[in-house]
Amino acid sequence: MSTNPEEEEFDLGSHVGEEQVAGEPPHEHPSLAAELRGYIIGFVLAAALTAASFWSLDEHVIYGPGIVMAVIVLGLAQVGVHLVFFLHMTTGPDNTNNALALAFGVLIVCLIFFGSIWVMYNMDHNMIPLSALMHMRGG
Amino acid sequence: MSAPTEALRAGRDPYHLGHGPSTGAPEYTGHGAGGPAPKRIVVGYGFWIFILSDVILFSCFFATYTVLIHARNGGPGPEMFDLRNTAEETACLLLSSFTCGLASLAVGRRNLLWTEVALAATGLLGLTFIGLEAREFVGLVAQGAGPTRSAFLTAFFSLVGCHGLHVTAGLLWLGTMMAQFPAKGFKESIRHRYLCFSLFWHALDIIWIGIFTVVYLIGKMTP
Repeated sequence: MSTNPEEEEFDLGSHVGEEQVAGEPPHEHPSLAAELRGYIIGFVLAAALTAASFWSLDEHVIYGPGIVMAVIVLGLAQVGVHLVFFLHMTTGPDNTNNALALAFGVLIVCLIFFGSIWVMYNMDHNMIPLSALMHMRGG
Repeated sequence: MSAPTEALRAGRDPYHLGHGPSTGAPEYTGHGAGGPAPKRIVVGYGFWIFILSDVILFSCFFATYTVLIHARNGGPGPEMFDLRNTAEETACLLLSSFTCGLASLAVGRRNLLWTEVALAATGLLGLTFIGLEAREFVGLVAQGAGPTRSAFLTAFFSLVGCHGLHVTAGLLWLGTMMAQFPAKGFKESIRHRYLCFSLFWHALDIIWIGIFTVVYLIGKMTP
């Protein structure tokens, strides 16, 4: 949708706090219709993905064991929709730092989340159950 | 005088320090191309760092919930969740994210009436969300499934409650913005404050995507 170069000037948080320097012509705003269209597209996509997530729980829609993966993929897709259409993440030069910070944040989140699950799963399997331990000490 | 210095005087970049063309407009080494970024960019970046730290905080709660999902001590599991209530909460928060975007458009065009209307809609939807969540929590506690029942329920109330507290704080911030736009006008500092608020509100909706996916939908399928 961004054949117009001005539309690529979207950045984090829309043009809310745009600098207006006295004596200079005001910055070129994307038109209201263009910005509104962005939010409407984002809302429709997010609503559709949400509906699909809830709907996929119905056992007759998706192959049972695949439901968890389907829900995860739909959720990640919706996060992407929110980042692009609501938070205005782009690949533009103003957004390089934001994108790099996001990448680092995702790395830390993955380390914490999957690392915790991995470590705790192994501990759960390799430790002597508490009841057995009590029995050993008591006997 | 050496040749590179002359080149610098002439406004060129002989060593390509700015990674730009070596002729034409001068590159401001150390400040990126074209000098320091506008304040709006810097404010947004700083607040973005805060949001990411908040997301990392939530990731710890998500990890705790996932690890403790079977630690029920004979109590109820995720099958007790009412997905209809969750769907209503999701709809409220997604709609409020949309109206918050509409408020951003109004703020960008300095339209006080539409700013206040969109912010009021955002606030009402946020309040409805908090109301639905409070009703769910009260119902769970009433049926003996409070946070003290099991480790699983502690993790559930911590994660979802922490998000609810964030939304409540966001509502206070939203009320402040609704008072400050008429009182102080659309001056730069207030618009930057609103930029941060909109980032916060959209980010809360992203956290909620994780909650309804991991806590409610995947939880519901966990035996």
